[in-house]
Amino acid sequence: MKGVFDWLDNRAGVRKLAKEALYENVPGGARWRYVWGSTLTFAIGVQFITGIFLWMGYSPSAQTAWESVNYIQSEMSGGWLLRGIHHYTAQVMTVLLVLHLMQVVIDGAYKAPREVNFWFGLLLLQLVLALSLTGYLLPWDQKGFWATKVATNIMAIAPVAGPALQRIVIGGSDYGHHTLTRFFALHAGVLPGALIALIVGHVYLFRLHGLKAREPKRKPDATFWPDQVLMDAVACLAVMAAVLFLIVRHRIFSPTGQLGAELGAPADPSEPYSAARPDWYFLFLFQFLKYFPGHTEIWGAIFIPSLLLAVVFLMPILGRWKLGHRFNLGLLGAVLAGAGLLTFLALAEDRHNSDYQFAAKNAEREAERAKALANSPAGVPAGGAVALLRADPFTQGPKLFAEHCASCHRFDGHDGTGRPVKDPPVASDLKGFGSRAWLTGLLDPERISTTNYFGGTKFKDSKMSKFVKKDVAGYTPEQKEQLKKVIAAVSGEAKLKAQQADDLRDQPLITEGCDLLKNAMKCTDCHQFHARDEEATAPDLTGWGSRDWLVKFLNNPAHPDFYGARNDRMPAFGEKQILDAMQIGLLADWLRGDWYEAEEAANTKSQTPSPR
Amino acid sequence: METKELNGPVSDRRSFFKKAAAVVIGGIAGLVPALAGLMVWLDPLRHKAAAGSAVKVTTLDALPADGIPRKFPVLADRTDAWNKYLHVPVGAVYLRRTTGDKVEALNVVCPHAGCFVDFRGDSGQFHCPCHNSTFALDGGIANPSSPAPRGLDSLQAEVRNGEVWVAFQNFKAGQKEKVPTA
Repeated sequence: MKGVFDWLDNRAGVRKLAKEALYENVPGGARWRYVWGSTLTFAIGVQFITGIFLWMGYSPSAQTAWESVNYIQSEMSGGWLLRGIHHYTAQVMTVLLVLHLMQVVIDGAYKAPREVNFWFGLLLLQLVLALSLTGYLLPWDQKGFWATKVATNIMAIAPVAGPALQRIVIGGSDYGHHTLTRFFALHAGVLPGALIALIVGHVYLFRLHGLKAREPKRKPDATFWPDQVLMDAVACLAVMAAVLFLIVRHRIFSPTGQLGAELGAPADPSEPYSAARPDWYFLFLFQFLKYFPGHTEIWGAIFIPSLLLAVVFLMPILGRWKLGHRFNLGLLGAVLAGAGLLTFLALAEDRHNSDYQFAAKNAEREAERAKALANSPAGVPAGGAVALLRADPFTQGPKLFAEHCASCHRFDGHDGTGRPVKDPPVASDLKGFGSRAWLTGLLDPERISTTNYFGGTKFKDSKMSKFVKKDVAGYTPEQKEQLKKVIAAVSGEAKLKAQQADDLRDQPLITEGCDLLKNAMKCTDCHQFHARDEEATAPDLTGWGSRDWLVKFLNNPAHPDFYGARNDRMPAFGEKQILDAMQIGLLADWLRGDWYEAEEAANTKSQTPSPR
Repeated sequence: METKELNGPVSDRRSFFKKAAAVVIGGIAGLVPALAGLMVWLDPLRHKAAAGSAVKVTTLDALPADGIPRKFPVLADRTDAWNKYLHVPVGAVYLRRTTGDKVEALNVVCPHAGCFVDFRGDSGQFHCPCHNSTFALDGGIANPSSPAPRGLDSLQAEVRNGEVWVAFQNFKAGQKEKVPTA
């Protein structure tokens, strides 16, 4: 061992190197306040290690970025941990940067002859923030996509070179493949390279001038090794522990909580995303911008922050004056307090903004859905995961309903997405349409005239209403039993996924119901049922509520098979080309509760988020 | 430890404890990200390739009756990390009609280093363009000085109602035994 060491020492001078590294003088002995620089170096090391491993699984293109990140996160062993460490170490680093800067300014370590090193530090701070900003986009999820759009649009308002700079940074006039390849090259190549160069300079200058001790010295001078190294090691472990806690914190409080870093739904420029917010450490800038009316945002986004940064850069010069150090302390305090206050305001505003809360909840729902679809046995199509959500009834149904149906109809009392509607409903509530429960309500003398069914429509006094309110109301117990069979029969026509087991079990009942419907119950006096009847005046009950039936109905409810000329206000969505065939299909599937569900979650998923 | 070798200041038991603690604590902090990374990096070892089920490659009529091999692409469903592709090329086979309308299938990949072998009509042999291995019509090594460790890999093929179905599979290159890549 000694031989090998001597051999290496003779050739590479490792002994001297180690000695210089470990026996650096620490004036006044080891102190906890000196650990911040080391924790930052550690954090950067962690980012390099985890970053390179993530690189091996990441694929920067508009059709593969989200998909590869999701694959790392949910399919690769330990992927959630790796990505979690990278994500949260970045966040913790921001805190460490502020602590390091505070320690340097408070201890006066920025003053001569350490000015240049202070400037190195400030450049490093900006590099780290640039790394955070570029990294935020790489998963290509809704959050990163929209938040980074804001950042690059701000870039475009910079004077003279702004628009050109924006084009260069995003690799064209719009976000796409080259935005990702460019951001990735910056994030994994250019910026880390610059970071290494500056850190080498930073550490070299630090060693050159020695540690600036905090006065008064408590103890005699000591060497870096082992006391300060031990403190640094403990601090680094604490950083790692904090990161690990952040990764598992949701899981600690809930068994289904997410592990690791967040991943939103895949970026979709056609989907609004009102929950777009930068990461928390940029929230103060985000909030600051709100105070600048149109055409003055350049002050809030560029001039004032640059000016403040310039003053911070000048701290070593300002510090030479008699009151300079106090001014610097005051300035730093004011900037940090201001940023803190703005961050608080941003969070408080969002907390009281129900639209934001709704958007955030919706974003979470879509993120979960996108992951469930991407991880399904069918996998991700070559066009990317964004196509999965666009073709998913569970995702699109509520939105289409809210947009096109909720002005008259309700879904469980809300607009389909969970939001209440101001105006009273004028058409039926379609939650559970096709089910026995829904039909039971329609055929209930107490309920048919409520707004949940025909109450708001012109069918309020229709033959059907009269039949239910007069005939059905007077049913004997025996007839009531028969009605149940008819309900099972008609509902069976819908072939709902949720009723599959019931329909199968009650097959004899349904057969009996079909017979009753045609004879004893007189339904076919007005309705068609598996037989052509030119005299029929009411909607066809053949395949009632099935996908086919519903698609045709949505195409044109005034078709003779349905309401004919007696149709109320409902538009012919298909024939009038209000909705295309795909949208109508999505609506029909969603109303019928028919969409992909992961095996284990199939029993617990609800159709929409419950309204709060 | 190299620290013992250094002529540092006083080294008593207390100092030794501190040094050990510094190394252990720092080591643990650094190991966490490294281990997480290694786990992800080694993830491919966890995944096993699915054995090839038979797919339709062509029809018997497409094969010359004189037993000359003909090359066909093999289309099958393929999973590539997060993407699932239906009916895409996964490889190619040489098919040859033998007596009694039976079909023999050979994987086109040379078992030496994985190059795509040619069939040369003039010599009636398969020839590897990379390291000049030659193979006879039945896939066996033709020239004993060929670098290939084994003959071309035969695949299960059968004729169903005039269609040729092949259970396509790749095998590990460079070894004498024919072992499926899994």
